[in-house]
Amino acid sequence: MIELLEQYGRLLLVGHYPNGPLGGLAMTILTSLLCLAICFPIATLLALARTHGNKTLARFYTGYIYFVRSMPLLMLIFWIYYFLPYVLPFSLSPFVTIVLAITIFSSAYLAEVIRAAIEALPKGQYDAASALGFRYWQTTFLIVLPQALTNCIPGLVSQFILIIKETSLGYIITFNELTYVAHELNKILLVKPVEIFTILAISYFVLCSGLSQLGGQLERRIARGRLSNDSDQ
Amino acid sequence: MTLDYSAILEDRYFDYLVSGAITTFSLALAAWVAAIILGLLIAAVRNIDFLPTRWFCIVFVDYHRSVPLLVQLFVWYFALPELLPQAFTQSINRGNPEVFFAWVSLTLYSASYMSEDIRSGLRAIPPGQFEAARTIGMNYAKMMRWVIFPQAWRLSLPPLVNQALILFKGTSLASAIGVAELSYQARSIETQTFRAFEAFSLVTLIYMVGTIMIMFFGDRLVARYALKRG
Repeated sequence: MIELLEQYGRLLLVGHYPNGPLGGLAMTILTSLLCLAICFPIATLLALARTHGNKTLARFYTGYIYFVRSMPLLMLIFWIYYFLPYVLPFSLSPFVTIVLAITIFSSAYLAEVIRAAIEALPKGQYDAASALGFRYWQTTFLIVLPQALTNCIPGLVSQFILIIKETSLGYIITFNELTYVAHELNKILLVKPVEIFTILAISYFVLCSGLSQLGGQLERRIARGRLSNDSDQ
Repeated sequence: MTLDYSAILEDRYFDYLVSGAITTFSLALAAWVAAIILGLLIAAVRNIDFLPTRWFCIVFVDYHRSVPLLVQLFVWYFALPELLPQAFTQSINRGNPEVFFAWVSLTLYSASYMSEDIRSGLRAIPPGQFEAARTIGMNYAKMMRWVIFPQAWRLSLPPLVNQALILFKGTSLASAIGVAELSYQARSIETQTFRAFEAFSLVTLIYMVGTIMIMFFGDRLVARYALKRG
């Protein structure tokens, strides 16, 4: 296994970079970060649509959540990658497909996390804001979101873990991320499946398990902060 | 491009869809039943005060929650047959190894999440319940049977329903190791007829029927058995 890592470790880490396209673990992490960065504002807007009080917006939100929950991510990838080229004048690259599909999916899950955080805020916060004469947008951006989104940070970390795991589906449409690179390597070498897939599983394990430890620590820290705030009052 | 469902509903492609749907639903059901049993077992063993078994459960659950399901499928399908005894591998290969390994990985994956759902249900029971049961002279088994379990399973039900949904959708990944389930059939109809919209919309619809059924009956179950505290 050590020998394999010495020879192909670089390929699994960064693909053919800098002499060719980026790939492997670096691609997995960068794509996941990009997806998370796009998801976050969309999810926040969705959560606000649900908590705003407008019935049409709330219905749109519910419909969107049900749509996403009712279909496998793989089918959405099929729609984007294999169907869209029939109706569009151009076809989407595997990278764009994965980012688009994961963004559509994860926005819904993250929106639920943010919605829960907004709804968990004590009602006194809204009363105080209206006592100060704040309008909806002032209340939202100065009072609600700064608190709710801080409380969401652990949820953001677990969403990041989910996204990292979802990027592995890129393998199916030959997107150059870690799982695809490892699978290709297995096809070339043929005789080392145990070593290659052990390395692949361990890489994901270390990355995601480590992140979830971090998320747990952040959660405890935020809970402590909340407790001390409560006792101050 | 005009819509024409008749082209993909003729004999051959219709058979693809039906056999795909049967594979998806039976794989999900078989893995669900096995996962609940294994999940209960893991949750029980995890609570035993013996360090090696506890650590085994922690690593087992952590592995299945941290590694993508697709990679778990690959590990079972490509790597583990090399390590298992030859006779065993051969007997699997005589049957349908793709379906077998997909079932194993889906079961282990779901069981890990379910064991955590069951554990958090148990942990949510106030200690007073345990003490009260002991005080009126119940032994451990009776306490679990009559006091703890009736409450715990109701608390675990909502996450377990959600897990059933994730498991059902997760069967779609089995297509990556060649299990001829719904999404696999969607792709083969599409490549043979170039009717992407018709094939994908029918398959998406079948998935939606499955997921909406799970959500609907799950919600009714949760509403019916919700703990009434007060």
